[in-house]
Amino acid sequence: MKILTTVKRVVDPDAKVRLNSDNSGLVTEGLEAKMNAFDQYGVEEAIKLKEAHGGEVIVVSIGDSAGTKEIRTALAMGGDRGVLVTADMSEIDPKGVADLLAAVIEREAPDIVLMGKLSVDSENNQVGQRVAAKLGWPQATFAFTCEVADGWATVGREVDGGTANVRVKLPAIVTADLRLNEPRYASLPGIMKAKRKPIEELTPDDLGVELEPQLIIQGYSLPPARAAGEIVDDVDSLIDRLQNTAKVL
Amino acid sequence: MARLADHFLSEEHLIFREQTRRFVQDKLAPHVDEWEEKKHFPGEVYQWLGDAGLLGVTAPEEMGGAGGDLFYAMIFAEEMCRSGSSGLAAGVGSLGISLPPLIHHGTPEQVDKFVRPVLAGKKVSALGVTEPGAGSDVASIRTRAVRDGDHYIVNGAKSFITSGTRADFITTVVRTGGEGFGGISLLVIESNRDGFSVARNMPKMGWHASDTAELAFDNVRVPVENLIGSENGGFYLLMENFASERLSLAFMAVEMAQLAFEESMKYVQDRRAFGKTLAGHQVTRHKLAEMVAGIDLCRTYNYALAARIIAGDNPMMEVAIAKNKSVDMASEVIDQAVQLHGGYGYMREFLVERLYRDIRLFPIGGGTREVMNEIISKMILPR
Ligand SMILES: Cc1cc2nc3c(=O)[nH]c(=O)nc-3n(C[C@H](O)[C@H](O)[C@H](O)COP(=O)(O)OP(=O)(O)OC[C@H]3O[C@@H](n4cnc5c(N)ncnc54)[C@H](O)[C@@H]3O)c2cc1C
Repeated sequence: MKILTTVKRVVDPDAKVRLNSDNSGLVTEGLEAKMNAFDQYGVEEAIKLKEAHGGEVIVVSIGDSAGTKEIRTALAMGGDRGVLVTADMSEIDPKGVADLLAAVIEREAPDIVLMGKLSVDSENNQVGQRVAAKLGWPQATFAFTCEVADGWATVGREVDGGTANVRVKLPAIVTADLRLNEPRYASLPGIMKAKRKPIEELTPDDLGVELEPQLIIQGYSLPPARAAGEIVDDVDSLIDRLQNTAKVL
Repeated sequence: MARLADHFLSEEHLIFREQTRRFVQDKLAPHVDEWEEKKHFPGEVYQWLGDAGLLGVTAPEEMGGAGGDLFYAMIFAEEMCRSGSSGLAAGVGSLGISLPPLIHHGTPEQVDKFVRPVLAGKKVSALGVTEPGAGSDVASIRTRAVRDGDHYIVNGAKSFITSGTRADFITTVVRTGGEGFGGISLLVIESNRDGFSVARNMPKMGWHASDTAELAFDNVRVPVENLIGSENGGFYLLMENFASERLSLAFMAVEMAQLAFEESMKYVQDRRAFGKTLAGHQVTRHKLAEMVAGIDLCRTYNYALAARIIAGDNPMMEVAIAKNKSVDMASEVIDQAVQLHGGYGYMREFLVERLYRDIRLFPIGGGTREVMNEIISKMILPR
């Protein structure tokens, strides 16, 4: 079975980000970066599928060349080889990411693609869906269970207020939610072995993809600073403040 | 914040740090408060770490280790401290001070019998140097091993032995010859031998998750094949061992300072006094600035030093400098962190209170501040 999984390098979600001087972007220089949390579940599921069915796990990332670290992390967990598409992420929108991924997927022709449901930095939650649409493949998003047999995947999906069970015919796109599995820890021998696994570097040109963003971020602003609280004397003045100052009653 | 020190690291080191952090934070950190209160961590922790391959990161592959360089051991020590309990780090870490003589100088049989099961998390080992009557002055230890056919008969006592109450064996410093450091040997003594006993688990100021034992040896018969290296050749092995212990204490101290800094950062941006947050007062911001500066300087020195050791140097003086400066910096930073927390800094439920108790050991253990200064001054002054 040929399994393709995707990883994105994101700024550590616990890091404190600052805006650049004209509020057009975030200052990420000097901040630690790591694998998008949801991608860890996708990678784990890909490796579990390989362990159950045999085959190969291909790890794909799009971003700057530092992203080899996130690919190698997935290779250290048990992936076989990597593909890094180098692109400037500040000039690329979810459609661009999906176009590039779809081009890689067409080249590799995997039986199944496992992705994170969204990336924790930009939280667009679009790429899996767009790739499926572009390729004309079925999709099962927000997976919390995934079984593969006889050319079909049976996927339990997290949906509002409950769960849904779907069957999708392979090849298909499955995006992982956080109850899907418990991602393994790469061991040091695994990390050292991953050093020798191949990572192919490609550009959008190599893939014949023209990047024309359709979504342009105009600017960012930080949430307003929290004002100091106020202690009121009695319930009447509390109600008065809620009605007339906060205007929530 | 990406750090100057990280420029000494490869991509593999960074991946190892992320994976180890995830493991420690998921599996160990949630239990740390309980283990500190109970003054004990369960034996299965060794098994968890062994299964994750974290106990032998620098040991050779053919012994069941991962064959990594010194940075991997230091990163493991740092991340264990980030569990919030340097006592846990020390308890687990007793293998890091008791195995190296066996790894570097042990026979293949000793490796099979002692090294492999410890790296796999199946056995616990400890290092026994200090005695009730001799600490810094290692050359004057009195625990005696007298040859009797193909055995030694050991009599004496050891004190302050980390993991000593549960160790399956102790890498023990014994006197096999005359006075001074020419008469010292390293002998592996299993704790199930007749005449071996744990006299007591010593109650202490900090490092609560770890046990610290006083051990007694009463005519313990130990086979000669448990001798590490040559008879009366133990002192050199011991010196080699001290260097790596001191370096890891320096790394641990910096990480404890880092934790104190992180706790302070959270606290001062939240706690208000006189109409603004504590961080709104310039004096607080300057304290934080000095914390960061001290941490960064020491960390970068330590990483540079580790890189030199990996390259083959044996810088005794620099290891002593690293230990003293890192420990003094960390003691100061942690003291300031307690101060910034006000009354809460004195309370058990705040991490800085534990850090404050735990860091006090660092200028004492693994060679005191004064002993480090002796090493440095001997290197800089003409004899
Ligand atoms: C929690 C804990 C865990 C420990 N774990 C272990 C362990 O696992 N294995 C082990 O073998 N030991 C262990 N130790 C022992 C530790 O290494 C010793 O406590 C340390 O080496 C100091 O020895 P000492 O306590 O005998 O003090 P002493 O050597 O008696 O020193 C007392 C004081 O005199 C000073 N001093 C000594 N010589 C000189 C000098 N020449 N010039 C100036 N000042 C001097 C010292 O710096 C110190 O301030 C542990 C200790 C503690 C507290």
